[in-house]
Amino acid sequence: MAQLIGVPRETAPGEKRVATVPEVVERLVKLGFRVGVQSGAGEAANFADDTYRAAGAEIIPEAEQLWVTADIVFKVRPPDLDEVVMLREGATVVSFIWPAQHPLLMDALAAKQATVLAMDSVPRISRAQKLDALSSMANIAGYRAVIEAAHHFGRFFTGQITAAGKVPPARVFIIGAGVAGLAAIGAASGLGAIVRANDTRPEVADQVKSLGAEFVGVEYQEEGGGVGGYAKVMSEGFQRAQREVFAREAKDADIVITTALIPGKPAPKLISADMVRSMKPGSVIVDLAAEQGGNCELTVPGEVAVRHGVTIIGYTDLPSRLARQSSTLYATNLLRLTEELCKQKDGRINVNMDDEVIRGTTVIKDGTITWPPPPPKLSAAPPKPAAKPPAAPPKAAGHGAAAAPASARATAIVFLVAALLFWLIGAYAPASFLEHFTVFVLACFVGYMVIWNVTPALHTPLMSVTNAISSIITIGALVQVAPPIGEAGARPTDWIIALAVVSIALVAINMFGGFSVTQRMLQMFRK
Amino acid sequence: MMPATLSTVAYIGAIILFILSLGGLSNPETSRRGNVYGMIGMAIAVLATVFGPQVTKAGLPWIVGPMAVGAAIGLYAARVVKMTQMPELVALMHSLVGLAAVLIGYANYIDPAATAHFQGAEKTIHELEIYIGVLIGAVTFSGSLIAFGKLSAKITGKPVLIPARHWINLAGLLGVIYCGGWFIHTQSVTEGMTPLLIMTLIALAFGVHMVMAIGGADMPVVVSMLNSYSGWAAAATGFMLNNDLLIVTGALVGSSGAILSYIMCRAMNRNFVAVIAGGFGTAGGAPAAAGAAPAGEVHPITAPETAELLRGAKHVIIVPGYGMAVAQAQHTVYEITRFLRDKSVNVRFGIHPVAGRMPGHMNVLLAEAKVPYDIVLEMDEINADFPDTDVAMVIGANDIVNPAAQEDPSSPIAGMPVLEVWQAKTVVVMKRSMASGYAGVDNPLFYKDNTRMLFGDAKKMLDEVLVALKA
Repeated sequence: MAQLIGVPRETAPGEKRVATVPEVVERLVKLGFRVGVQSGAGEAANFADDTYRAAGAEIIPEAEQLWVTADIVFKVRPPDLDEVVMLREGATVVSFIWPAQHPLLMDALAAKQATVLAMDSVPRISRAQKLDALSSMANIAGYRAVIEAAHHFGRFFTGQITAAGKVPPARVFIIGAGVAGLAAIGAASGLGAIVRANDTRPEVADQVKSLGAEFVGVEYQEEGGGVGGYAKVMSEGFQRAQREVFAREAKDADIVITTALIPGKPAPKLISADMVRSMKPGSVIVDLAAEQGGNCELTVPGEVAVRHGVTIIGYTDLPSRLARQSSTLYATNLLRLTEELCKQKDGRINVNMDDEVIRGTTVIKDGTITWPPPPPKLSAAPPKPAAKPPAAPPKAAGHGAAAAPASARATAIVFLVAALLFWLIGAYAPASFLEHFTVFVLACFVGYMVIWNVTPALHTPLMSVTNAISSIITIGALVQVAPPIGEAGARPTDWIIALAVVSIALVAINMFGGFSVTQRMLQMFRK
Repeated sequence: MMPATLSTVAYIGAIILFILSLGGLSNPETSRRGNVYGMIGMAIAVLATVFGPQVTKAGLPWIVGPMAVGAAIGLYAARVVKMTQMPELVALMHSLVGLAAVLIGYANYIDPAATAHFQGAEKTIHELEIYIGVLIGAVTFSGSLIAFGKLSAKITGKPVLIPARHWINLAGLLGVIYCGGWFIHTQSVTEGMTPLLIMTLIALAFGVHMVMAIGGADMPVVVSMLNSYSGWAAAATGFMLNNDLLIVTGALVGSSGAILSYIMCRAMNRNFVAVIAGGFGTAGGAPAAAGAAPAGEVHPITAPETAELLRGAKHVIIVPGYGMAVAQAQHTVYEITRFLRDKSVNVRFGIHPVAGRMPGHMNVLLAEAKVPYDIVLEMDEINADFPDTDVAMVIGANDIVNPAAQEDPSSPIAGMPVLEVWQAKTVVVMKRSMASGYAGVDNPLFYKDNTRMLFGDAKKMLDEVLVALKA
């Protein structure tokens, strides 16, 4: 019997997202599930009931009916306690849970013998990227942050020179280059602003630059860094240096977007009231960490506040403000998770606790709280994809090891042989030969230097032109035809002329044919 | 009649022009001028010789006549040759140079005017020069003829291995050395003719035997090696005639061919000696390959489905191989490329150094089809881009895209640098059948989950893809 996936309407005030969209419903039905969507669930995200119905979902008018019948419930926000009461015994819930913040909810769900998969607990390994809803939402939040800032900012983002005067480009400073920060960088530079960004992890500098922003580092590596000490807890010295950088940047910036979060801790206060005061009137701060207390001292979570002439946006529902997009991405994340849970495509899920991704995501299994999960296994020795890792080292070794030591020895041997050969020649060859020999050796070197510069694309023309040039051998025949000598006695002239004439004819084919076919080829190389 | 000093200066000019000519090939934009430099250099060299002190007026008809005949044949051949036949043409031309070197060597030997004034060590060296010139010329001649036969499929492309071939080669070498000793100790031309002729026969046989033992896939190495030989033959002739122009030019050509051979060998991760000794997978590689035959499912695809894939792609990399040359599919490939580029799909080409039968073979074919050269990239330039590629199209290539080279240390081609097409989201492999490549190694690429096989003649299939694309 196929299991029923129930998608209730979100109950949190202001929440516009929905946990599935019609496109995804179709895919879920293909996996063998039945899908029930509460009437009006997608309304706020502009998905009408009819579109769900057309995609193969049944529309369930009342929330209670849905909660009672569903085998699996898909939600966005953590269910509230009223909803948990309605939940069928032993059902599965997939949603954001934040188990650390909601111990009561966890107990209530466990009491219902439920299995709960928390989308906020998806392990951050590459295989699980397709179900990483946090990244999806952070991406949207970053984008939306720029849009909100643009909305409250009284000027263009892009610089313009118009008949009515010159407009300077907006200067945007972004703190934290995680998923949200990078999305904000992309959106802001896309609008034409000058974007600068900071992150405590210097390795993200390249990502920042790739999106067209400038990376602003904190010049404190030598003293505070040492042995990787400032990855988690910044030293006091680092923090002071960081504050100086932020103060300088904030003063210049028109828009500051902060995205700094430390997992499981309140957001660090990075923008002080003084820094806000130093900013130009009309500037905007968007605080993406508002929900965790905010990166700015003056942030009011969930609201827009104006302090010292600076607009400080503390919205905590940015993804919800782009409901259609965030619903689509979230629904797709859920679909990927469902695919992992239902490998047989038979419409039944199997919560396989041996699978690293599913183990990490599952916070309650059949009423037993399994959160927090054991630390993720290092992917150094995975038993399954054993075929690949062993293959990699021989490749590296095959190239490097074989080449490096051998080349030194080979070089020595070559030099030795060459020296011996030269000594032999020098000792026995007559002077006239040596002259030619000098020319010969030098020409070999010239050839060597010149040929290495030839681009591989032109190797065929190179061969045909060198072939044509080797027709120079014709000179050997030319000088034999009629040398300026008297009637030298026994010269077998007929033979020599015959041989030379044949040679000239053969080489002429090569000479004219070679050059002209090369020319024909080279004519074809066009940009 | 020019004085000797003037003709020497002219020779220096010719040498400079030849060097500029090769230097010009570093870039397609300067290459055409480079070729013109080569022509001018050759014209100067020939004219300076003909009107120089070493040729009397009596010789002019003997020069102009054969040269006109040869020029007519050469120009005609250059005009009618198809770009896919370039390797054959180049091989055939190498044989001409080789034969000319042999004939010139003989002519020089029987000419008392050229040899009479040498005495003692100089005489020995001169005879040695003749001997070596004829030797290299003869090997180049017969080897190039066989290479020509193999490339034009007149002779089987498979390595033909005679039992105890290494011993035969060794015996040949000893024979050549023995004849050489005999030759320089003879007193008269008639006496010396016998060892010279015997050596020529041995050298001819050696050239045949050497190239016969080399498989079709190793042809790029052979062709560039013969290119090198024709240069050394010219240089040896230059020593024989005390002519610096010949020595320099021969050395340029010789080192050019040698470097090309080296580049080709490196691209196959094989030792030059191993290639020349012949036979792919004969040294115990074959059983290992049979044991590691990949099992799995092959996913076939149709031309309209391929078109559908291409239409949905943003980044496409096309990897052409010898199959494209055989099927003459380069023009259709270009039509498809142009269509996709008009739809702002990023289409590029990835060329493996040994794709085809001659260094740079694929580049020439694509250039003929008017593919702009700035989207035709080398293996090293494009390999990192495969993970971001939606569709990689492999047209008639096999060993150069074989993942076994990286994944299977027991494979005969292990360690050979390959184009990592399997990293693309989807790989379309166009092939006539499931037969393995010249290396005789099965290709696990065909069994990968993201690989789709489009069976059939490359030209016919691509035509169908193009029709489906335009529909």
